[in-house]
Amino acid sequence: MGLLSKFKRGLEKSKNFFARGFDRIAARMGNFDEDMLDELEDLLLRSDMGINCVEELMGNVRAEMKAQGRRSREFVLSTLRAGMLNILGPRQDLELNTSGLTIILLVGVNGTGKTTAAGKLCYRYGKEGKKVLLAAADTFRAAAIDQLRHWAELSGTAVIAHQENSDPTAVVFDALQAAKARRTDILVIDTAGRLQTKQNLMDELNKMRRIIAREAGDAICHTLLVIDATTGQNAISQARLFTETAAVNGLILTKLDGNAKGGIALAVAWEKQCPIFFAGLGEGVEDLEVFDPESFVDSLIMTE
Amino acid sequence: MFEGLSERFERFTRMMRGKSRITEKDIKEAMRTVRTALIEADVNYDVVREFTDTVAEACRGSKVTESLTPGQEIIKVVHEELVNILGGAPAKLTVSPSGFTVIMLFGLQGSGKTTASAKLGLHLKKQGKRPLLVSVDTHRPAAAHQLAILAQAADVPSFIKPEEKDAVQIAREGVARARYLMCDTLIVDTAGRMTIDSEMMQELKAIANVVKPTERLLTVDAMIGQEAVNIALDFDRQIGLDGFIMTKLDGDARGGAALSIYKVTNKPIKFASVGEKVEDLEPFYPDRMASRILGMGDVLSLIEKATATVDERAARDTMRNIRRDEFTMQDMLTQFEQVQKMGSVQDILSMIPGMGKKAVQQSDVDDRSIVRNIAIIRSMTMAERYNVRLLNASRRRRIATGSGTTVQDVNILVRQYESTKQMMKQFGGGRKGRKGGRKGRGRGGFPGFPGMGM
Repeated sequence: MGLLSKFKRGLEKSKNFFARGFDRIAARMGNFDEDMLDELEDLLLRSDMGINCVEELMGNVRAEMKAQGRRSREFVLSTLRAGMLNILGPRQDLELNTSGLTIILLVGVNGTGKTTAAGKLCYRYGKEGKKVLLAAADTFRAAAIDQLRHWAELSGTAVIAHQENSDPTAVVFDALQAAKARRTDILVIDTAGRLQTKQNLMDELNKMRRIIAREAGDAICHTLLVIDATTGQNAISQARLFTETAAVNGLILTKLDGNAKGGIALAVAWEKQCPIFFAGLGEGVEDLEVFDPESFVDSLIMTE
Repeated sequence: MFEGLSERFERFTRMMRGKSRITEKDIKEAMRTVRTALIEADVNYDVVREFTDTVAEACRGSKVTESLTPGQEIIKVVHEELVNILGGAPAKLTVSPSGFTVIMLFGLQGSGKTTASAKLGLHLKKQGKRPLLVSVDTHRPAAAHQLAILAQAADVPSFIKPEEKDAVQIAREGVARARYLMCDTLIVDTAGRMTIDSEMMQELKAIANVVKPTERLLTVDAMIGQEAVNIALDFDRQIGLDGFIMTKLDGDARGGAALSIYKVTNKPIKFASVGEKVEDLEPFYPDRMASRILGMGDVLSLIEKATATVDERAARDTMRNIRRDEFTMQDMLTQFEQVQKMGSVQDILSMIPGMGKKAVQQSDVDDRSIVRNIAIIRSMTMAERYNVRLLNASRRRRIATGSGTTVQDVNILVRQYESTKQMMKQFGGGRKGRKGGRKGRGRGGFPGFPGMGM
């Protein structure tokens, strides 16, 4: 299945919300007037895009309409599309170390789907023929290790785990040694959920990063923040604080297929903290896809 | 919680407080501030509109315009309206007249159902109920196991059947087990689902038919966006709802969902989960929440928290020692431990009126200083705790090593202790010999914050 059709299927519901809403506004007349633009603005706000992002998009639409003297439905839609793509930026792929170890450290607040994302990443890279290893550094949440083991079985990945409530950094240390010994290509580390406001827990992440830098200095290490797409404007605070304190360099947006409207992707992209690398488009093990801005925007707003 | 939102509202109340005349321009300006603040907090778009309309209308009314202090009146109007959209009167958990109450929890994936189930179990147990926890989550790997572990931490019995794949069957057996164990409350933790997944919704319906819930509670993540309201409506339409549990309110979420779901669904928020520990679940009080959002503090919750967690006997012992002018390091340790039990110091401070969010963040009191101080005292011998004069340089060095701190830290604590003792002497000494006098004060048992902020 192509990337675009995967996005289309995953974003079915968001598209119904957005594209239909747009049609409803545009249906009355072919051309847009001030009232209709206000309604469009409402629609964008309701999809969790956030005030700043919506103001930029709508400001752009209004300015273009004035400059070119065009008010047609198609013109508004294509200007909006261009504006969204501009905010999201070009598609970015996660850089992998071709000659050594790549480490993917998954962080995020509670319940965003880190463990699931870890499982799906392993499946993805395993299928590409990479040697993958999982580290269960979520030693806090009850039964998190069991959950990870389940995912590991699905993708046939080995897991490095300790007891519950043990020191997560020790797990990371062991996993690094194992990765070196087994000549692993990609090590995926699942960490415990933490709210971005809890300083001591954020310090714990830094400790893990220090150990990684010390034990595997020549490896490429990506710290990816996992964000639940149903989250509202707090996602911005998550992106900001995790980037500042935990050196996050990319995002994974999960549960885009669910009740989410998808607008949060633009809200976080607007903040220009870091790019979105992956999108969770379904519950299946193969439903974690590379985030492709064009496919995303087109699935969201194109009626046909 | 409500960060940013309360900051904006604080700015708004400051703006309004002193005003002696309020013009149409002031109202428009104020409403724009409020609108932006609410939308940024993820409050549902329709609720925002209604809220600003109501408040603007009230501002133009005679009650405000004819008042001598119209600014104050407006703040009152906003407070009332906030209480209103948060649910008005606090809602209690319904208890079945049959003597067997079934509480069913459901929600989206990752909204915190399993954790909330265990917390609710502990909450009910503390109220003298006999709850049983059952997990019918057959979808998420290890979910049942997670509930069993949390139940153990809360010392509440649980029933799980990880190898059974039929959720309805587990539910049926759960009811039977609860009856057999003579429990009066059954808490059913279900699998997380999206409302658009009709298969999962059917399963939920089937479970509800079997367990016949007295309370159907939806757990809502405080960080959820505009979709909160639709999710609540969907669940209500398909399964039926009696109320909500707001989870993860301890982050910096602005809690827009809390400000939207009652208004739209007319179902109350019954509990709020405010931390990672099993005991971090509180009943939800709309009026207190509104006060906190407006930066007016929440003294009632503070007092309740203090009386619920403070060990009365320990407090009485300390008071006796203070009166006798025998306040020791050991007493200080007890006080630190009591404060720690109450939760994060920042949380406690933010409940005090006049302590704005900013002030709380800037105060350098942090929980780790308490942990450090506790460690230092615990590294002392009993003799040292009762007589600090024993602490010579070599002993201090030993204590610093033992507690993983520095000699400076030990010195600071000792100084804190001495000045606290001095302070205690001043108000303890005066009442010396008045046996049992001012008992009420001793019983309040608020442990104070010895040495804090010094």
